[in-house]
Amino acid sequence: MSQPSAICPNCGAPIVFRWSSAIQTTCEYCKSILVRHDVNLEKVGVVADLPPDISPIQIGTEGVYNNAAFQVIGRIIYSHDVGAWNEWHLMFGNGASGWLSDAQAEYAISFLSQPESPLPPPDQIYRGMEYKQQGVDLWVTTLTEANYEGVEGELPFQYWDKERCRFADLRSRDGRFGTIDYTENPPLLFLGEFVEFESLRLTYLKDFEGWTA
Amino acid sequence: MSVTQRKIVPKPKALNCPSCGSQLELRGMGTAASIACGYCATTIDATNPQLQIIQKFDARFAIQPMIPLGSRGNLKGTVWEVIGFQQRGITVDGANYFWREYVLFNPFKGFRYLSEYNYHWSFVTPMPSLPAMGSRTGRATAQWGYDTFDHFQTAQATTYFVVGEFPWQVKVGEAVSTSDYVAPPKMLSSETTENEVTWSIGEYIAPQEIWSGFKLPNTPPVPVGIFANQPAPGAAAPTKQAPGRPWKFFLAMAAGLFLMMLAFGVMARQEQVFKDTFVFNPAATGEKSLVTKPFELKGGNGNVQIDIDTGLDNSWAYFSMALINEQTGDAVDFGREVGYYHGVDEGESWSEGDRHDDVIIPGIPGGRYYLRIEPDTDPPTPGASAINTRSVTYTVTVTRDVPFYFRYIFGIFLLFIPVIFMGRKSFSGSNFESQRWSESDHGTVPGMLPQSDDDEE
Repeated sequence: MSQPSAICPNCGAPIVFRWSSAIQTTCEYCKSILVRHDVNLEKVGVVADLPPDISPIQIGTEGVYNNAAFQVIGRIIYSHDVGAWNEWHLMFGNGASGWLSDAQAEYAISFLSQPESPLPPPDQIYRGMEYKQQGVDLWVTTLTEANYEGVEGELPFQYWDKERCRFADLRSRDGRFGTIDYTENPPLLFLGEFVEFESLRLTYLKDFEGWTA
Repeated sequence: MSVTQRKIVPKPKALNCPSCGSQLELRGMGTAASIACGYCATTIDATNPQLQIIQKFDARFAIQPMIPLGSRGNLKGTVWEVIGFQQRGITVDGANYFWREYVLFNPFKGFRYLSEYNYHWSFVTPMPSLPAMGSRTGRATAQWGYDTFDHFQTAQATTYFVVGEFPWQVKVGEAVSTSDYVAPPKMLSSETTENEVTWSIGEYIAPQEIWSGFKLPNTPPVPVGIFANQPAPGAAAPTKQAPGRPWKFFLAMAAGLFLMMLAFGVMARQEQVFKDTFVFNPAATGEKSLVTKPFELKGGNGNVQIDIDTGLDNSWAYFSMALINEQTGDAVDFGREVGYYHGVDEGESWSEGDRHDDVIIPGIPGGRYYLRIEPDTDPPTPGASAINTRSVTYTVTVTRDVPFYFRYIFGIFLLFIPVIFMGRKSFSGSNFESQRWSESDHGTVPGMLPQSDDDEE
C-alpha cells in the first residue's frame, strides 16, 4: 500500500495517508478537514468538537471480515433524535473500501454498491417498501433524518459540509443490511450484513473505565 | 502502520438531576438517550447537554426493580450491567397486565434486555433480521431461522414507570404496538412506531440463572402460571421429537423382554420327570394321603410345574400337596382347588371352572423329590357305599424347568407403567399448552377448534 505524504496547508504538519484512494482526511494536529486535489491539499473546514465517544472502535482499530483484514482509517458521525451512530471507514488489505456502522453497539459491515435498478427517490420511499437487490429481498425498516456531526480521518469522498441527512435502512430475512444515503444525487446504496462484535476479532480497541473487553 | 495508543474512555461524570438535584450516575458510558432519576423518577433527555426534563413522575408510584440498577452479572458468557428499568403494561378486556424490562449494557456488545412477567424471565436480544410472515392453521406466524413462531398476542404496550438509562427515549404513558410470536422457549416480539419496526428475540431463562449470574440474595420468586414462551415440562430441548423418544425407549425395552421370553422359552429344559394317575374315593376308609414315587429334579435352582388333570364332573376336589426333598426333608406345601361344573339352563349350555390346574413353584434346588398328596372332595352321600360313591380320578404331572412367561409379561407390564404415565404427562402437556394459549389473543392452542363454553373449568 502506498502512503503518499503531504503537508497540512493550515499548520504544516505532515499528513500521512494510510489509503492511497483517500479523497479527504483530517489533520491530527490542527483538526483541519483537508480535501485532496492531486498532490495538493485544500483546507475546507475544521472538525468541530466531536460528541462524546461511545464506540469501542477508533481510528487504527484492526479487524477481520470474511477472512480479509481491515484497518479503521476514517469515520463519519451522525446523530438523530434518539442518539448517535458512527460509520467507520475501513481499508482492506487489497485496497477495497468498506464501512463498519456502529449504532449503539449494533454492528454492520457494508460496501458501496452499484444499484441494479434506480433507487427510489427520497419522496417515494416508505417504511415497509420492498426493494430487491442482487437477488436479495430487502425491506425498508427505518427512515432516518440525521444530523451530520463530524468527520475524522480518511474518507473515500468529500464529506464535510452536510447538514440534514436522510437515510433509509434496509433489512432482509437473513441478516443482510442496506442503507440508501440520500445526501448525494443520485443517492448511494450500501449493501452488507449485520455482524457479531466477536466475529470481527477487533484489536486496538478503546478501553472503557471499569470494563474489560 | 502506526500502533494506536490505547485510549481509555473514562466513565462519564455523574449528572445532577435537573429536577431534584440528586446525582445521576451514567452507567451506559454516554450511550443512553434518556435517563430517569432514581430519586424523583423524572425522565431526562440525555442526548441534550441541557438535560431537558422529558417528564416528571410521581415518585410515590415508583417500582423497585428486582435487580438493582448498577448490578453487574454474567449472563450467556458476557458481563452485563443493569442500567435501566421500566414497567410496561397492556390492557386486555379491561384487565391490566404488567411486565418489567431491564436494560443490560456492555460497552462492546451493546444492549440486551431481561423481561419479567409473573416471575417468568426472558433474555432478549435485538434482532437485525426480519422474520418472514406467514400463517398456519388460520393464524399468523413468523418464520425466523429454522423456527416457526405462532402469533400469540398483539396489544398496545404502555410504559407505566421508568428509571435509569435507555438507548431510546422513553416516556411514561407512551404506547407502542407490540406483537408476540412464540416457539417455546423462544419468543419473537415486534414493536412498531411511526418510523420504525424493531424485532427482538427472547429466550426463556431460568430465574436461578439470573440470580446466580447477578449474585442476587435469596432465591428467585417462583414463577406464577404458565408464560407464553415457557418450555413445557419434559420438553427439555426445543425440538419436537423429544417427547417421542421415551416411548421408543420403553417399546424397545419391552420388545427386548419379549425376545428374552421367547429365548428362555426355547432354552427351558421342560423335562417331564413324573407322571402318574390316582383314584381318590371319598368313601374309602383309611389314610387319605399318598406319597408318590421319587423323581429327580436336575440342575441347580429352577422351577417346577405341577399339572393336575382330573375327571371331575359337576364336582370339586382340593389337593393339599407337598413337594418334599428326599435327602433334606425340606417341604414346599401348597394346595390346589379344582372344580368343574356344567349344565343347560333355559336352553343355554354353560360351564364353569376347569378340570385342569397347574402351578409353577420357583426356586427348587436340584435333587430327589417326591410329592405327598392329600385329596379332598364332597363327602359321600350318607349311607352310600364305596362302590356307588363317585371317586375322583386325577393325573399328576411334574415338569422341571418350564418357561416362566409370566415374569416377562409382568416385566413388560411394568415397563408400560411409565409409558402410561408419560402418556398422562403428555396429556397434562396438552393441558399446559391450553393454559399457555388461554392467555393469548386466540384463547386456544394453534390448530385446535375454539372450545365450547361448557368445556370451561
